Formats: sequence, structure tokens, C-alpha cells
Amino acid sequence: MKTVSPFRELEPNGEKVRIRFAGQELLLRAGGNLAAELLAAGIVPFRRTSVSGAPRNPHCMMGACFDCLVEIDGVTRQACMSEVTEGMEISRPNAGAEDGA
Amino acid sequence: MVLEADLVVIGAGPAGMAAARTAADAGLSVLLLDEQPTAGGQIYRDVERATGRRSAVLGKDFTRGLDLVRELGHPNIRHIRSAVVWQIEAGNRLTFTADGAATLASFKRLLIATGALERPMPVPGWTLPGVMTAGAAQILLKQSGIVCEDAVLAGSGPLLYLVAAQMCRAGSPPLALIETQTFGDRLSAVRHGFGAFRGWRMLAKGLGLLSEIRRAGVKRYAGARDIAIDGEGRAEAIRFTESGRQQRIACATVLLHHGVVPNTQATRSIGIPHRWNDRQHAFVPECDAWGRTSVGDIFIAGDGGGIGGAEAAVLTGRLAALEIAVDLGRLSRAARNNAAAPIRRRLEKELAIRPFIDAAYPPFPEALAPADETIVCRCEEVTAGDIRGYAALGCLGPNQTKAFGRSGMGSCQGRYCGLTVTELLSAANGRTQDETGYYRIRPPLKPVTLGELAAVNTWKNKEPAE
Repeated sequence: MKTVSPFRELEPNGEKVRIRFAGQELLLRAGGNLAAELLAAGIVPFRRTSVSGAPRNPHCMMGACFDCLVEIDGVTRQACMSEVTEGMEISRPNAGAEDGA
Repeated sequence: MVLEADLVVIGAGPAGMAAARTAADAGLSVLLLDEQPTAGGQIYRDVERATGRRSAVLGKDFTRGLDLVRELGHPNIRHIRSAVVWQIEAGNRLTFTADGAATLASFKRLLIATGALERPMPVPGWTLPGVMTAGAAQILLKQSGIVCEDAVLAGSGPLLYLVAAQMCRAGSPPLALIETQTFGDRLSAVRHGFGAFRGWRMLAKGLGLLSEIRRAGVKRYAGARDIAIDGEGRAEAIRFTESGRQQRIACATVLLHHGVVPNTQATRSIGIPHRWNDRQHAFVPECDAWGRTSVGDIFIAGDGGGIGGAEAAVLTGRLAALEIAVDLGRLSRAARNNAAAPIRRRLEKELAIRPFIDAAYPPFPEALAPADETIVCRCEEVTAGDIRGYAALGCLGPNQTKAFGRSGMGSCQGRYCGLTVTELLSAANGRTQDETGYYRIRPPLKPVTLGELAAVNTWKNKEPAE
């Protein structure tokens, strides 16, 4: 997982809260758009397709393409349509053993 | 509890916000449902919360959206945020999910103002992480104050200039601006010179953006062909040819764009007829000059009824609201006509430049007829070659492709492959786009969980407006 992100926050301020993505602890801006905050945190990929296992990240950021699907507290949701809240447990949907670490 | 309103508006973009206010001023009760946590739509996304730095980067054309958002402060308007409409039914009812519960709403009239989507741009590698739409980059800026670094913009259309200029202002100019339109496109656009002249302010704005981009030293390419994105597990470079010369630019992000198209999921789900529009190169729902459709009590306004841009969307929203007020006995025809006349004059001016833009910045031909190996259905990973293969086996329409190979059956429900599949089948079968048709769109328009269906909503009628 990459930690240097090609997405830069213009004003890196605001309260940050702890969440977990695929077992990794992250500090994200509270109330921020989840997809945007995960991109800024350098997350690649958000998920793998069920057809070929290809990696995917957000494409449209407006709730249309469904490529940013993640599992939030057990329910599959569009990250770009979700807000960051303290203690979120996020995993890759249908993650196999490879995602365990 | 079933929420009741004279008018339910789906979508709080420019068309929906303007319609809500005009209807509220005429005395109608309005329920405004929008998927986002704040009003504005994609064009004015989160404009209420845009800070000083962000506003400076995005410019005046963005911050003017604040006026529309403020118009929602009217006692007759109830705006429910993060509300996802997933079913519109006969009997003037619809269902939406908000706050984790499914809720019914009933209406005397419904206005669908669901706006536009970026035209899918299937090129090799477009499914790799790091490949996004240019609109996505703008949304990151507008809502989250996040700018893409080491990015390349590719495709055609004025939006690319705007995004490039905004990135320059944010201190992260794109590595390159790779345009697909040709000198010939510009020549054919000159035929629309008069319309372009009438839209001179917009052109002047375009020239201003271009000089900003030039000053920042952004490399521009025109007439690009053979665009492909390379990378192992993520985008690492974009390849293309310009004037016969091969180019390769290493980058972390590729932002694609070649126009926007009406978002027709809601309008199709209720059987409103759609017609192919050759100039806009997309399907457009049928409605009259007030936005009234042939399906009882349902209206359309904004880009969802044909691409006209944000200003035109405001105007069509107001026109629809005036007609709805007449329908419900709140406005006389004479008063409607008086109010509509200046709106129609402005609308005519706004739309005058569209034929010029459509001719000068046509869609990228390679993305309308992708190479066989290119994925067109991102969800189910169906390639253009697969679709052509189905046509060879006798497949005539997009709906049939679902049985052949699941295209359009994934979570996006065809939003990002529908138009490409129509075009591929049309070309392969020698039939028009209207003859080929589109996917049949059925509810739920967005996924809904059993928990949301089972949850009891706590919305009540007559609560004070938010």
C-alpha cells in the first residue's frame, strides 16, 4: 500500500479521526468525503473486481460508476457517497486471503 | 409516514434549486431530494462550504452558485439531504433512502433534475486506478480541497481548459493537456460562427483560461490519436500519437473528458420516450418547451433534458416551475407567459453557443468505437470485441447483450457503458441509434439494503424546513 499520494490537500487542517482500512489505521478528516480522504491517504486499490480481480479506484466521484465500492462496517457502499466518521471499519468488498494483512 | 408535497424535485443542482424556489414563490409546497449532503449539484458542489483558498482556485463561475443555494431558504421548501431516490411509481409516488431508512413521498407534480454524466471515454487502460474523469478532479477540488498532482488531462471540451486552469491556480499545473479535436473540427465549427459570436462572453472566458494554462507552461497537444494508459496496478503513463509521432508521458493520474450527456436513469425508468440527438451525440428524453413529458405529471429540467449548461439549467428549471404552478392553479396563464418571456430570451442566448461547442469539441472517435480489447462495461469487464461478437450472433439491442455477456448488469446499471454499447451495436448492425435503443432501466435506480427497507423512517410532514 502506497503512502505517498498524488492527491494534495490545499488546506490540510480540520479535525482528524481514526478509521481502519483493510486492517490499516488511518487518520482522515472528520466529515470529509470518504473516497476523497482515502485517495489523499494514498489508498490503492479501493477494491478488486469480482470478475478478474483487477484493481479499481474512484473514477467519477459522483455516485455513478460504482468503482469506489468499499465495505463499511459490513455493508458495501460507494465511498464517494459516504462521509468519514470516527471508528469506521472499512474493508475491500469480497476481499480474499490476500487482503488479510 | 408518506411525505406529501405539491412538487417533488429530484436533484439540487442549478435546475432543481431554481425550480424549487420559483415554485415556492408561487405558493407550492416543495420537497427537494438530493443525493449529496449539501445543495449545488455537481457544478456547484459543496459551494456553501467552499473556503477562501478553494473559492479563489475555483473562480467566480463557481461561487455564483451560492446565490442559488441561498434561494432554498424559503418556508415552502423542504430540502432533504443525502436522499437517494430509487423508485418512481405510478400513482405519483416515489421512494427514497435517507438516514438509513426507505421513505415514501407523494407528489402532485414531479420534476426530474438529475443533470448530466460525463460521457464514458473507454480507451485502453481506462479502468486502472488513477484514471478518473476530469469532472472527478473538479469534485475533489470543490468538495474536499484536494488537487491532483502529476496529472495529465486528455480528451476534448471546454471543461478541460477550466480544470487545467484551476489546477494551475492551485499550484499543481497538469503535466500536459492532450486534446483529441482536430483542426477540421474547428473549421466545421466556424459554420456556427454566428451562434459562437452570440456566446462571445463564453469564448472570451475560454481564451482567458487558455492564456492561464499557457502562462503556467502546460504542454498542449492537439488531434491526439491512439490514446492508451499504461500501468501495473495503477496508471503510470499515457501514450498517444500526435501528427504521426508517438508520445509517452509518465504520470500518476489521467483525467479523461469528452463531453457530458444527460443522465437518463430516472427518466428511462418510467418509460419517458428518448430520442437520439446527433449533435449532442446522446439520447435525450422527450419533453415540451416547459419540460413536460408524456408521462403523467412528470417534468424534466436542466442538463438531464439535453445538455445546455448550468445557466440554461436554471432557466429551464424556472420555466418548468411556472408551468407546474399553472397546473396546480397557483398562477394564471397570462402571469406565466409574462414571467416566462424574459427567461426564454435568456435561454435562447445561452443555447446559441452550443452548436459551436458541439462542433468544435466532438467526442473522441476512438472512444465511441473502441478497439476490440478495450473494456467498455467496467463493472462486468465486457470488451468492445465481445459486444461486436454478440452482434455477429444476431444481438440487435443493448438489453439483449445482458443475456449474451452481462454487460450493463453490474452495479452501475449501465451508466458507464450504455451509450458505448448502443454505438457499437448500431455500427455493427448498420442500424441507427434509435433503432438500436438502450438498456431497459428498472428500479431500484440505486442499490438499497434490506436494512434500509426494514427501517422505520422518522420523517414527518409539516416539519419546519431545514
